Amino acid sequence: MRYLYKLLAVLVMSAVFSLPSLAVENNCQSCHADWEDEGGPASMWDGDIHKEVGLTCADCHGGDPTLEDMDEVRQGRSYVGVPKTVAIPNFCGRCHSDPSYMKKFNPSVATDQLDKYWTSIHGQLNEQGDAQAATCVSCHSVHSIQPAKIPSSSVYPMNLPGTCAECHANPIYMKPYDIPTDQYDKFVGSVHGRQLLEEEDLGAPACNDCHGNHGAAPPGLDNISAVCGTCHARQAMLFAESPHKEAYAKAKLPQCETCHSNHDIIQPIDEMVGVGEKAFCARCHDADSDSKGFETAAAISDLLDSLVRIERMAEATIDEAEIKGMSVDNERFALKDVRSALVESRTLIHSFDLEKVKPEAEKGMQLAAATHLRGLDIIEDYYFRRKGLAISTIIITLLAIVIWIKIKRFDNS
Amino acid sequence: MEKSSIKRRSFLNWFLGGGVIAWLGTVSYPVFKFMKPPEIPEADQSQVTACTFAELKASENKYKTFKFGRKLGIVVLLEGDQLRAYEATCTHLDCTVQYRPDLNILWCACHNGKYDMTGRNIAGPPPRPLEQWQTHHDEATDNIYVSKGEEV
Amino acid sequence: MAGMKTIGAKLYDYIDERVKIKELVEYMGSKVVPKHGHSIWYYFGGLSLFFFIVQVMSGILLLLYYRPGADSAYESVKFIITTVEFGWLVRSVHSWSANLMVLMVFIHMFSVYFTKAYKKPRELTWLSGMALFGLSLFFGFSGYLLPWNELAFYATKVGTGMAGAVPFIGDFILQLMRGGSEVTGATVTRFFGWHVAILPAAFTVILTVHLILVQRQGMSEPEGWANKPVSEKLYMPFFPSFLLRDLLLWLIALNVLAVLAVLFPYGIYPFHWELGIKADPFLPPPLVIRPEWYFMFAFQTLKMIPALVMGIEGEILGIFGFSIAGLIWAIVPFIDRSKPGSIKAKLFLIFGLCAVGFILVMTIIGYLVE
Repeated sequence: MRYLYKLLAVLVMSAVFSLPSLAVENNCQSCHADWEDEGGPASMWDGDIHKEVGLTCADCHGGDPTLEDMDEVRQGRSYVGVPKTVAIPNFCGRCHSDPSYMKKFNPSVATDQLDKYWTSIHGQLNEQGDAQAATCVSCHSVHSIQPAKIPSSSVYPMNLPGTCAECHANPIYMKPYDIPTDQYDKFVGSVHGRQLLEEEDLGAPACNDCHGNHGAAPPGLDNISAVCGTCHARQAMLFAESPHKEAYAKAKLPQCETCHSNHDIIQPIDEMVGVGEKAFCARCHDADSDSKGFETAAAISDLLDSLVRIERMAEATIDEAEIKGMSVDNERFALKDVRSALVESRTLIHSFDLEKVKPEAEKGMQLAAATHLRGLDIIEDYYFRRKGLAISTIIITLLAIVIWIKIKRFDNS
Repeated sequence: MEKSSIKRRSFLNWFLGGGVIAWLGTVSYPVFKFMKPPEIPEADQSQVTACTFAELKASENKYKTFKFGRKLGIVVLLEGDQLRAYEATCTHLDCTVQYRPDLNILWCACHNGKYDMTGRNIAGPPPRPLEQWQTHHDEATDNIYVSKGEEV
Repeated sequence: MAGMKTIGAKLYDYIDERVKIKELVEYMGSKVVPKHGHSIWYYFGGLSLFFFIVQVMSGILLLLYYRPGADSAYESVKFIITTVEFGWLVRSVHSWSANLMVLMVFIHMFSVYFTKAYKKPRELTWLSGMALFGLSLFFGFSGYLLPWNELAFYATKVGTGMAGAVPFIGDFILQLMRGGSEVTGATVTRFFGWHVAILPAAFTVILTVHLILVQRQGMSEPEGWANKPVSEKLYMPFFPSFLLRDLLLWLIALNVLAVLAVLFPYGIYPFHWELGIKADPFLPPPLVIRPEWYFMFAFQTLKMIPALVMGIEGEILGIFGFSIAGLIWAIVPFIDRSKPGSIKAKLFLIFGLCAVGFILVMTIIGYLVE
């Protein structure tokens, strides 16, 4: 019974909501829905942003939707039908590059997508008539286009890497272009990929945050730090003021990428700095030919190592005190400050200047040392408590014995 | 016999007295230590004094940082002597935000997150505005009190 | 020594001249305590008193720093245990002593029940004892919330919620206890008032009555002694023999308390009172919501009763059952006028054994099923 009511309600509601479209008489929709299998334009159309703002098939594909005969429609002057693949950008651009038209739907919407597209690698290939090159529909889908802020959209930040990967991770598809196809796999394991896809942090970058979206292209050698610097601003600023900027430009080395790589950026480790086996510095700065760079690298690395070591020591002391059941809340709080000094020191590495790293690292070391001493005091207090307990227990026990003797004495008398 | 018994008893009484005194000592030592107020003032968690209004007004960029329990806070003076206080922790990954004089914004160095002086997240990864605290300017003492009231 | 005695005697005379204590001292001097196989049970009342005194003292110390309220209760307790010197010890002593006091009260009550010491003329002593027992539990319940931590918050929510299930007046009681319809900062303030003002005042008055009654009536003698010839009855003087033994036991209790408080400042599983995280009504409740151990049997019983028993709500039925059993327990001196060895006497023995067995079994199940 309840079910019937629901059904009735749905029927009535859908009748009410479909009234306006009935009034326009959209024969495209009704005929295509009859002919097509699931997955055709007529069935995908629900949820498309264009439908939501009130557009119909004819607004893109032309033709007169009031006509019932297909052939008559095709002969109509306005009929466009299905655009050729290479023609799609201009097909969409008819509206999307027209600010006065777009304003009707969303006054703040961007209308520069097509212009940017022509600057992208995709757009340049398209101009050469390459039907394989991505067009609007490659990323946005054909008939179920949704804005990027909707979680089910193909260009929602968390879905975007998968969307790009549909072509870029396909070796057969990418074969004509002779570029790698492992970017997606690398990205998924990278610090950015994990933050975006596993932690679901929408602030973490997807492909487009570094490469651009409509103007997608790999960043140039010199402007990598500008790309990374949109988020890692401190590091970029420090790098820009460092001697490395000029040196890298001369040696044609990509800026951040030289040490951090690109798609598979991992959480940096301290061993990357210094002159050890895993260290990057020693690849260019060797002890004989470039003793100054070599020494600076070694000194910075030493500073970091000391800070990390002393931080661990303090942490271990506090842990021990905590395991002993002592409360160490204040000391844990101090350890947070040590940690932020360490993070700051690691950031300052990008100045490649010992004099900049040193004060911060030393500040952290002093704090860590003080915390370590506090921890030792707390552990000492733990033993002090037990000593105090022992003393008072002995005193109380002695008193008890005296009273026991007194009781015996009275019992005997 | 009689004498030694009396001697023993008086020895026992001395022992009893000494024991009681020692016991009182072990009890009163921690008690008096406990009663002595610690040097660190009691952390009044519901309200802190950030600074005085004059100090804030005299400061170059019209902002002051302060400690609120275990959190760092920042109090700013907006146009028209309007007071605002925020928890100086970025809403992205909990880094500490700082004032950037060149841009007149609150800035998180970790991932270039930017907040305007009203605490709104205006650029970068921060998903939300800064946590806002309540302020109260006491005219008599000129102190600015900050509290974590529920209504903001 | 001789000089000291005269000073003592002079002081005695000075006081006696003014408040007439000679009779009282003579009365105390002639007081005796029966000596027999079950004399040990006489000491548990004294031990309860000892822990109560410790509670008063450590409680007064905690009052120096504790501040009730949703914004300050947790913070001030944290301040006490992290920053104040020996603060950890005072809180630990207060918590341990509270639990030991309740334990001693339980033992004292059951020993009186099973030795039938409640019989005429001690009906009023029993009644005042029952009042003290109830107040002790209320002391524990109200004190548990004061640190305003997560565990206490939910235990109090559940505990007061049970009172709310009482028909007709339940909602009023719940509002009265919580100071509103929810457990909030207002509840802390309210519980604090109960814990440090109302309960101690009531407890002190009733305890005084209880002690005066005990002193007036003397220790109850075992039932079998009624037919014994006087020559076979053994006694020891209350002063100093019994008092010294009491003192000895108090010292041992103090020792045990000190060891427990220093070595286990947060209790031992499953009786612990770690501060944990601050109460936050918006956080999901912890996996284990546990009342204090002396409420566990009631908590577990109410959990196990089916939601609906013969058309009556299970929880109401449970509370009703506890109320009836508690009432019978409280008025037992008035309904048990049986002769030793009679069937009626055995019935009361069985009732007592059932109560102990029920409490033990339910408590154990309570800890096993969580």
